[in-house]
Amino acid sequence: MSEPVIPGGISCREVVEIVTDYLEGALAPEQVERLEVHLGVCGPCRVYVEQIRTTARLAAAAEAEELERHPDREALLAAFRAFRGDPGG
Amino acid sequence: MSVERSSHPRSAGVTRDLTAAPGMREGRSMTEATAPPFEDELLERLRAGDEAAFMALVDRHGALMLRIALGHVGSRAVAEEVVQEAWLGVLQGLGRFEGRSSLKTWIMRIVANRARTRGERERRTVPMSSLAPVDEDAQPAVDPGRFRPADDPRYPGGWAVPPQTWAGLPEDRLIAGETLRRVRAAIGRLPPRQQEVIVLRDVEGWDAEEVCEALDLSLGNQRVLLHRARSKVRGELEHYLSDLGTAA
Repeated sequence: MSEPVIPGGISCREVVEIVTDYLEGALAPEQVERLEVHLGVCGPCRVYVEQIRTTARLAAAAEAEELERHPDREALLAAFRAFRGDPGG
Repeated sequence: MSVERSSHPRSAGVTRDLTAAPGMREGRSMTEATAPPFEDELLERLRAGDEAAFMALVDRHGALMLRIALGHVGSRAVAEEVVQEAWLGVLQGLGRFEGRSSLKTWIMRIVANRARTRGERERRTVPMSSLAPVDEDAQPAVDPGRFRPADDPRYPGGWAVPPQTWAGLPEDRLIAGETLRRVRAAIGRLPPRQQEVIVLRDVEGWDAEEVCEALDLSLGNQRVLLHRARSKVRGELEHYLSDLGTAA
């Protein structure tokens, strides 16, 4: 029987837990090297890393619709006037 | 998990990976995280009582403040109250603000603190220890059942149910309104601290350093929260997009 295969000495299960550290540049150089060895031969983990990148990109795209103005601008303006000591405005 | 190795975020090996990740707007330097020059002028105008400057500030940051508040409290009405209180806090603090952080991180810090306090009071829980903000939820990034066991004779810890690529999906399908709606909903269901981090980092495109400043997090904890948040949102997207794939 052949030997167990763990590319780069990191299992896929471990890869999914360090992907953010990898993308954030927070892994030590030797960890990066091992991870990249793993990614070099493991298609599913490459897919996974790409999906995390896509997730971040879609989160950025999901932004626009939410924008809305402050609900109570008048009250804020009054507070600002009070703050500068000018209650009459 | 992430033990802080270097206090400097731009240590070796960072650049290539950061620019490769689309969620992290490339080319933003550390120096921009501190007060940009126009803020001096804005501050001066605010302190001088310039209403237009203040309302511009409200319009620029109000929506994000509301979003942060909504992550912590149960209702929109309470979130609006929190934002209103936070603005009063901003006004009161303006005289003491020294520009060591940027105005936007300082403002977000005020609203995040108030929202957290209000949320905790609402839930009547013991205040979360600020030392362990990341321990609120320590699930694995991917269901362990999708991996082979550690004693697998061929691929220990390897994929048993691998992710299916999204590369075959047309881009317009991927950024379609329904997909984005799912992303927003998934983010909305995250625990508050994960929500804050993914909103500021990925939705708003802030730097890690700015997020740490605004949310009082170490870089390591910031990464843990971002990791959990992205992992969960990816999982929900996977679920949705695979349905879409079979339907197509």
